[in-house]
Formats: sequence, C-alpha cells, structure tokens
Amino acid sequence: MIPELGHFALWLALGIAAVMGTLPMLGAHRNRGDWMALARPSARALFALVGFAFLCLAASFVGNDFSVLYVASNSNSTLPLHYRITAVWGGHEGSILLWLLMLTFWSFAVASFSKHLPEKVTARILAVMGWLAFGFLLFVLATSNPFDRLFPVPSEGRDLNPLLQDPGMVIHPPMLYMGYVGLSVAFAFAVAALIGGNLDAQWARWTRPWTTAAWIFLTLGIALGSGWAYYELGWGGWWFWDPVENASFMPWLVATALIHSLAVTEKRNSFKNWTVLLAIVAFSLSLLGTFLVRSGVLSSVHAFATDPRRGLFILAFLVIVIGSSLALYAWRAPSVGLGARFALLSRETLLLGNNVLLVVACGAVLLGTLYPLALDAMNLGKISVGPPYFETVFVPLLTPLVFLMGVGPLSRWKHAELPDLASRLKWAAGATVAATLLAAWLKGGIGIVGAVGLAMAFWIVASLVTDLFERLRPAGGVRTGVLHRARQIPRAVLGMMLAHFGIAVFIFGVTMVRTGEVERDVRMAIGDTTEIGETVFTFRGVREVAGPNYRALRGRVEVTENGKPVTTLYPEKRIYPATQTTLTEASIEPGFTRDLYVSLGEPANGGAWIVRVYVKPFIDWIWGGCLLMALGGLVAATDRRYRAKVRATSTASITAGASPA
Amino acid sequence: MKPRHKRLAVAAGVVVAVGAAAALVLNAFQSNLVFFYSPSQIAAHEAPEARTFRLGGMVRQGTLKRDGIRADFIVTDTAKEIPVRFEGILPDLFKEGKGVVAQGQLKDGVFIAHEVLAKHDENYMPPEAAEALKRAQKGNQKLAETQK
Repeated sequence: MIPELGHFALWLALGIAAVMGTLPMLGAHRNRGDWMALARPSARALFALVGFAFLCLAASFVGNDFSVLYVASNSNSTLPLHYRITAVWGGHEGSILLWLLMLTFWSFAVASFSKHLPEKVTARILAVMGWLAFGFLLFVLATSNPFDRLFPVPSEGRDLNPLLQDPGMVIHPPMLYMGYVGLSVAFAFAVAALIGGNLDAQWARWTRPWTTAAWIFLTLGIALGSGWAYYELGWGGWWFWDPVENASFMPWLVATALIHSLAVTEKRNSFKNWTVLLAIVAFSLSLLGTFLVRSGVLSSVHAFATDPRRGLFILAFLVIVIGSSLALYAWRAPSVGLGARFALLSRETLLLGNNVLLVVACGAVLLGTLYPLALDAMNLGKISVGPPYFETVFVPLLTPLVFLMGVGPLSRWKHAELPDLASRLKWAAGATVAATLLAAWLKGGIGIVGAVGLAMAFWIVASLVTDLFERLRPAGGVRTGVLHRARQIPRAVLGMMLAHFGIAVFIFGVTMVRTGEVERDVRMAIGDTTEIGETVFTFRGVREVAGPNYRALRGRVEVTENGKPVTTLYPEKRIYPATQTTLTEASIEPGFTRDLYVSLGEPANGGAWIVRVYVKPFIDWIWGGCLLMALGGLVAATDRRYRAKVRATSTASITAGASPA
Repeated sequence: MKPRHKRLAVAAGVVVAVGAAAALVLNAFQSNLVFFYSPSQIAAHEAPEARTFRLGGMVRQGTLKRDGIRADFIVTDTAKEIPVRFEGILPDLFKEGKGVVAQGQLKDGVFIAHEVLAKHDENYMPPEAAEALKRAQKGNQKLAETQK
C-alpha cells in the first residue's frame, strides 16, 4: 500500500508541475495576477508531494519490503538501519527521486524567499522550475519508477553495494545533488530574465545568493566524494580525473566563473550577456553530468542504468533544455545591451581573465571527458585520456588564474593604474618569493612544479594580507578602532577572502602531497617493519572479526614516529556474503601535517601479507581548503544587502567604487 | 586610446589567450591519449613499443603467480594471449577467469603494467575487455570462413 501511495503522489506531482509550468508563465505574459499567484502554492505542493513519495520509498526500505523491486535490488535484511535509509539513493531510481526532491526543494525555497521579487519575475522563475520538475517527473514515471513491484516476492534482498555502505556516502549524494540542482535556480533566473527582458544589476543581485548557495553545496559534494574515494577505494588517491568526477567538476568550474561574472553584473551592470550564458551553461553541464553518470555511458560505481531508454530520455531532455534555452538566448540576448564601459586595466578586465581561464579549463575537461566517448560511439576505436593530460593542462591554466586572484581584489572597478597596483603588491610579491625560497631550502627536492605550487599558495595569502591590511589601516583622517573598521568590511568581501584563502590551503595541500607523498607496496611477515622517514610501521598479523553484515580479516599495524608509538592501525579486508564481494577498508591516522595510511593487499604465503603503506603529507589540507571555500561562500551569501528590500533604483553603481566583488 | 581601440585590445587579448590555451590543451591532449589494444593486435605487432597503452582481455585461469609483490599472469582474448607483469597490489575484483584492463608498456613481449584498473562491480565487464573478446571472436569467425 505504501509504495502505491508514493507512486500516486508522483502522478499528482506531475499534474501540478504542468500547471506550475504553464499558467504562471502565461499570467506574467498577459498580466493576470490570479494565474501568477498559482506559482507559489504549486511549488509548495510539489515539494510536499515529492517529499511524501520519497518518505514512502524510505519507509519501504526501513520495513524491508522486498516486494518492491528497487528495495529488493538495493537492500538486505542484515543491512544496518542507517544504511537501509541511505540505500534509498543507492541505486538509479532512488537517486533520480532524490534529484527530483532537491529540485522541488529549491523551487520551494525560491517560493518562500522571493517575497522581495516582483510578482512577474517570481512567476516566470517558478514556471521554468516547474518545467524542469515536469521533465524529471516524467522521466521517473516513464522509465525509472522506484515503486515497481516484484513478483514472486523474494525472501531476501540483494544488498547495497558494499562500497556505498559508508558514512561518506550518506551525505555525498545529497550534497552534490543540492549543488547540481541548485544551479537550476540560476538557470531559471536567467531564462526568466531573458523572457521578461529585465536583465540588470538588480537581477544579478537577486541571482547571486542562490548561485553561491548552489556553489557551496557543489563544493562540499565534490570534496566529500573525493574524501570518500581516498579512504574507501583503498589506494589512497583523492582525485582520479574519472569521467564521473569530471562530470561534477565541470559545473563547478562554470559556476565559479558565474559567481565572479555576476559580481561584475551587479556592481557595474556589465557582462550581462556573458553572465546569462554562463548561468545556462552551468545548469546544462549539470544535466550533462546527470546524463553521463546515470545513462550507463560511463561505467563506474555511479552507473546504475543499463536500460537504454533512460539514457535516451535524459539525452532528449538535455537537448530540449539546452537547445531551447540557447535559442531563447540567441533571440533575446542582442537586446540586453553591453552595459558600462571599463578601461583596459580594471577589475572588470581581470575578472574577464578569470572567466576566460575557468571556461577554458572547463572546455579542456569537457574535451578529455567526451572525446573518448564520442570516438567509441562512432566506432572509431577505444582510447582513454588519463590524469597526465589533465595535469599538464591544469597547472599552466591555474597559474595565471591564481596570479589574477591576487591582483583582482585590489584593483579598482572601471579603471585601475598599473604603477599603483604594482606598488601596493610589491610587498606581497617579495614575501611570496622569500617564502617559496625558504620552503624550498627547508624541505629540499620539491622541483619546479612544487615550487610553483607553493608560490601560488603563498601569493594568495600574501595578497590577502595586503588587502586586509589596506582595509584595516586608518584612512582619511577618521579615527576609528581597528575592530570598528573590521566590522565595516562587508560580509561579501570577508566571504571572498575566506574562499580565496581556502584555495591557497587547497593548493598547498595538493603541492605537498604531490611532492612529498611516499607510497610503498611491501610484503610483510608478522613482526616485519617498514620505514618511511622517521615513521616505522610494524605488522602484527591478521585475525578474523565479524561485522553486522560482513566478515573481515583485520590486520594490526603498529606505528612509531621518532621511536615513540603514535597509533595502531587496523586495516580490513571485508567479505560481504550477500553480494559475494571483497572490500578493502583502509585504516588512516589523520594528522594536521600528515596522514598515515595502511591497507591490506593480498595474503602471501606463510602468514605474510602484501601491505600498502603510505605517508601523505598535508593531504587533509585539500579537503580543509574546500571546507574554507564553502564557508567563504556561506559568509558571502548571507551578506546583508541580499536580504534588503528592493529599492526603487539600484544604488549599485554609486557604491561600486568603494565596495568590492 | 579611444574606447573603440580599448575594446579591440580586450578582444584581441582574449583571442590570444584562448588561442594559446587551446594550443596548450590540444598539444597535451595529443601526447597523452592512451590507445587500447587487444592481445591479438599485440600479437600482430600493431601495438607501439615505447608508448603507454591499455590492454584488455580475460585473466587466463591458473596463470596468476605471485613472487613477493610481483604478480605475473596471462591475459587472453581467446585467440591470442600475452604475459603481463605487475608490481603492486591487485584490485579487489581482480580474479582469474574475469575481465581485466591494464595500462602499461610492452617490453620484450611482456606487458609491464603500471596500473591494473579496478572495477567497481563484479558483474561488470570492463568495456575494453569485452571489446577484445568481441574482436577475437570476429577474427575466429573470419578465420573459420576462410578455411572453409
């Protein structure tokens, strides 16, 4: 009964989405207030219905209802309760339902937090989101119904993929989807503005917090996925340039460009065409990612669908959404206008540089991801593009980007002077060179790439300090305390600084890992030791232990640093009987300056094992940096001016000279 | 400079930057493509000697030998086979009689693998491995037809 209720709720939701997609849009066109007023209640009803369907599916999982095909394929009665709940999005149907839930949640959020927007704008935005929800609901109902029944009813389910039985997997998909789908808000704002023809600084101000919010989730989602890969896949890497990862990274790159371009549009009423295009492209890449990951085109842990109808449906949806939005863009964009002019050297130009670099980086990832697929689809042979390509491309693209990151925030809008910038940044440049030389001398053997990486991290920090110093320095004869001046810094600026600092931390982490990590695969008999620098790993053998739904061989590895015992690591080799799969569970001792990582390979003769022993310096800084970026986004998105009521005229251009991006 | 010239300069700058970036990207792309070869193609000397490529096929039953951390095994596409050597830990789902993809270089008739690719699902056959078997089957059929 519960699954049928859920299924019925989805059909009702389809009807409501159709209403939400049409009447408010027509109402905005014909000035009919009663039609436009339908948008908000529809968005709320849609969220309630899809939420209800989602709860129905969750209830079937909790109650071990194996008469539901999806539950039988992705759960098992021995699966612990918390993983039975997260198994809801452990397969194709449920994860699409989660996607849908996120989409309706965002529409609900827009409906609730758009009181300050004109009625017409809200109606159009929600209508666009209604169409997206309609498309995905149709997809669920036509090809991926999670409530399909199974007859005869099996006595036991097939269990959740053991790789997904992990706390990281509990939050990674919802976070990532929040980000993916959150970009639909920026998309809807862009399409609504193109239809309504009201693309201005005000529009950018409305769009910014939503885009930043989506970007925060996307950042966290990607970081969580990377962290999961690091400790769960058992070979200690944190990014593999796997097509699935690229699928999430591309929207991130474009969304980052969009955040910066929106700043120009808000402050200077410039870059309007470009901003709208970025908003469309960012969401299109999210859809492309969904298509790549869910259609079975790519084979990986994420590819559940083997039904070609699903791939075709998403592809058709993709073509319709991207095609029609680009057509709308081509039709309406020429009337948008170019906006305020700016000098050759100005913050606008520097942000344009940022955008070009980010988009080129995204293009490079797109090429490396799609080219092998295209070649394969046309039967022209099988090739693969590995990490060396992406690394070769990213270092030269990232270097100028990071350089601009230091200069941009210090330069003026509209017109900047080179001598002025140079004199303000000379201390930062000097400090960067000195710190890099010092680090290279202290550590030794970091190579050119390592030195460039460290210099980038130091440059960001040094220019941030310069920026902060200039803001806190008493100016213009006004005697106020440092604290007072610190409070004067708008949250948007603090957020930017925090996010840029996060990038510095991230780059520092990546550089240290790349130049200093030690990976050893060794055969160890009981009592054998392996030394990496001053760290000594002693293998103490393996014994059998039982988990709730698996058996495991648990190794014991004692670790000492400089002769003092630090920790004992317990790497496991697990066997899940329900799926007959083996899983390597690495054991990690995390630390501020290094991670110790041990995982079990295979048994060798005589009680010995092949053991993988890693020391990864500063690797946690990679995720720490991502966390700081997300935190910066949060601070920026809660800036007071986004919550302010609409003023009759935009004051953006008046305050532009003083206030930053 | 007049505003028009400034705009031109910005546009030219963007074009140059994008052009340089595109050249960089395409060059890196060209030199980092990894091609795929089946054991039959390697036997027919189609695979390059000093370049990294991917090999796909099945691990032949009973051929996996371990010596310390070194693993030797034979990859077959049912028509031809090729010995593979790998130093390190094989992925969890590596099994004799199952599909495998290895990336590495050919040296004196032995494929020295730098990487044996992990699969996420045991029912799933790596597309490269499936392709190798398919090609070999086609080859066998052709062979049978010519012999008729």
